[in-house]
Amino acid sequence: MSVLVNKHTRLLVQGYTGSQGTFHAQKSIEYGTNVVGGVTPGKGGQKHLDRPVFDTVAQGVKETGANASVIFVPPPFAADGILEAVDAGIEVIVCITEGIPVRDMIPVKRVIDERAASGKKVRLIGPNCPGIITPEECRIGIMPGHIHKKGNVGVVSRSGTLTYEAVGQLSALGIGQSTCIGIGGDPIIGTTHLDAIQLFNEDPDTHVIVMIGEIGGNAEETAAAYIKEHVKKPVVGFIAGQTAPPGRRMGHAGAIISGGSGKASDKMAAMREAGIHVCDTPAVIGSSVAKLLK
Amino acid sequence: MKIHEYQAKTILAQYGVPVPKGKVAFTVEEAETAAKELGGFVVVKAQIHAGGRGKGGGVKVAKTLEDAGQHIRAILGMQLVTHQTGPAGQKVQRLLVEEALPIEKEYYLGITLDRATGKNVFMASSEGGMEIEVVAAKTPEKILKETMEPGMGLSAYQARKLAFGIGIPAAAVNGAAKAMMQLAKAYEECDASLAEINPFILTKDGRTLALDAKINLDDNAMFRHKEFIDLRDLAEEDPLEVEASKFSLNYIKLDGNIACMVNGAGLAMATMDIIKYAGGEPANFLDVGGGANEEQIKNAFRILLSDEAVKAVLINIFGGILRCDILAAGVVNATRELHVAVPIVVRMEGTNVQEGKRILQDSGLNFTVAEDMRDAAEKVVAVVSGK
Repeated sequence: MSVLVNKHTRLLVQGYTGSQGTFHAQKSIEYGTNVVGGVTPGKGGQKHLDRPVFDTVAQGVKETGANASVIFVPPPFAADGILEAVDAGIEVIVCITEGIPVRDMIPVKRVIDERAASGKKVRLIGPNCPGIITPEECRIGIMPGHIHKKGNVGVVSRSGTLTYEAVGQLSALGIGQSTCIGIGGDPIIGTTHLDAIQLFNEDPDTHVIVMIGEIGGNAEETAAAYIKEHVKKPVVGFIAGQTAPPGRRMGHAGAIISGGSGKASDKMAAMREAGIHVCDTPAVIGSSVAKLLK
Repeated sequence: MKIHEYQAKTILAQYGVPVPKGKVAFTVEEAETAAKELGGFVVVKAQIHAGGRGKGGGVKVAKTLEDAGQHIRAILGMQLVTHQTGPAGQKVQRLLVEEALPIEKEYYLGITLDRATGKNVFMASSEGGMEIEVVAAKTPEKILKETMEPGMGLSAYQARKLAFGIGIPAAAVNGAAKAMMQLAKAYEECDASLAEINPFILTKDGRTLALDAKINLDDNAMFRHKEFIDLRDLAEEDPLEVEASKFSLNYIKLDGNIACMVNGAGLAMATMDIIKYAGGEPANFLDVGGGANEEQIKNAFRILLSDEAVKAVLINIFGGILRCDILAAGVVNATRELHVAVPIVVRMEGTNVQEGKRILQDSGLNFTVAEDMRDAAEKVVAVVSGK
């Protein structure tokens, strides 16, 4: 088992015929993902990577029964791409695009929250994220598929390569993953640490959870409070940015210590307090999980 | 992007938020002319991006033109040290000369994003002129908040609620509320990520104005704000960071001596952390991104090495899309071309890692290849400390 995506997921690629869309759609197809087609306005009716191209997401959903989409659309148009997917009834929307203005994401979050509150199935992952993968079943995004291995550890992280680092350590130790979710490094994201933790907590085949955070905001603290109350499964955590100076944006738009909040030390303290096994360095994430599995 | 106070006030004035009469000056003559035009009773304010300018001696009130001249000469060109500049301070190259106003009371206004709700929050406090973080820590009940609903700005009732709530006298509430609504409008339309007016003042004659102004702009929205591009002041940024930004490299200079080159922001932060954990001090944050090519790696190297404090370089790459063999070839070429003299520790993992390691070893150059992150950090710290 896994969360959100699996071998039955039917994926549409938005920005399908662009260079990034093409490259990663190809990689996902090679990984065994069921890519049912793609969307590039104005190129409807063509074939690309042996699959149909549609002018709109709605058309693509109607023709293929797609229930997931991945967005490789440039920043000025990406928020609109998310709204289009929401409107077409896509259930899992993964936005890879980095650099979307916050002002564009505010109404997107509102629309998604309202839909979800009215009982519709809709979930955004990202933006500015590596995507989501259920090993050996479904790869949506830009992560290197081959480092993953099927198993029982759920991984959630705000960062791309740091997730690969953790996954690489796990797989090298022979420890597989149920699903790995890169939730993204922006100030406004769809799926949060808390959401991912809830999903993993309910998934019977996830036995251990790895939660990787970084400076900025207080999403890790919120997740830690939930874990303390509701999660019986062991959780291993790490926070990047213990040496980051305040007031500076560390690469990710959301990775900034501002007004004394968002510090790594506060997050780590909250996580320890919640009973999470907090790693001092990223080098021991894999071995910490291994100890818990024994 | 950070902008200067006078630039922020120009934006606010365009939106109808009242600000004091004033002029920016780049020379003593310009500043003195401005002071004369404003009648001599003026405030001379250093324009640097860092906060805490007043405490550092960068803001002075002049009673007379003579006073003003003295302050102008003292502040323009000074090395202004505040709690945000670091010990070296920041050279003052621009002044804002403003009319001095008789202040009855100081308030605080601010807007920022609440990440948890994904909505902007308008904050107001009766405790103006103090650092808002201090107010938040000591007397959080003195900060009133109103959530701005997406697409609706700050509603009139919300503005009135805040204005009455922080104790603005009834006669001045309408003006203050209008200023708040216009501030919210400016914040949204300009794609700001932070707006602060501290203090927002009530004058003795009952007017409300923005006495100070701080606006940060969302870098990601600059593509639709060509009008703001010229507001960037390169003199306020580290020269190496400016250079790095030309090549789309995410570089932040730090105080240590171990340079690091990493792909991905999270891994780059984690690499800094593990250097510190191993007993070293990172010289920088550098994310070369997921799709770095040989040219970018060369530029990254050049920038890292122009920091004279650097005694060694740690390269930590998790090759996903960026293949290790391509990275290794780039590193070898850059090392040769730039005649790199400091020791380099390389840790690579991921796609084509064996091929990458072979390229490094066959190069005949002096690379130390590390097994994992901890090994890499320990090796680079050992090299620097001469062990």
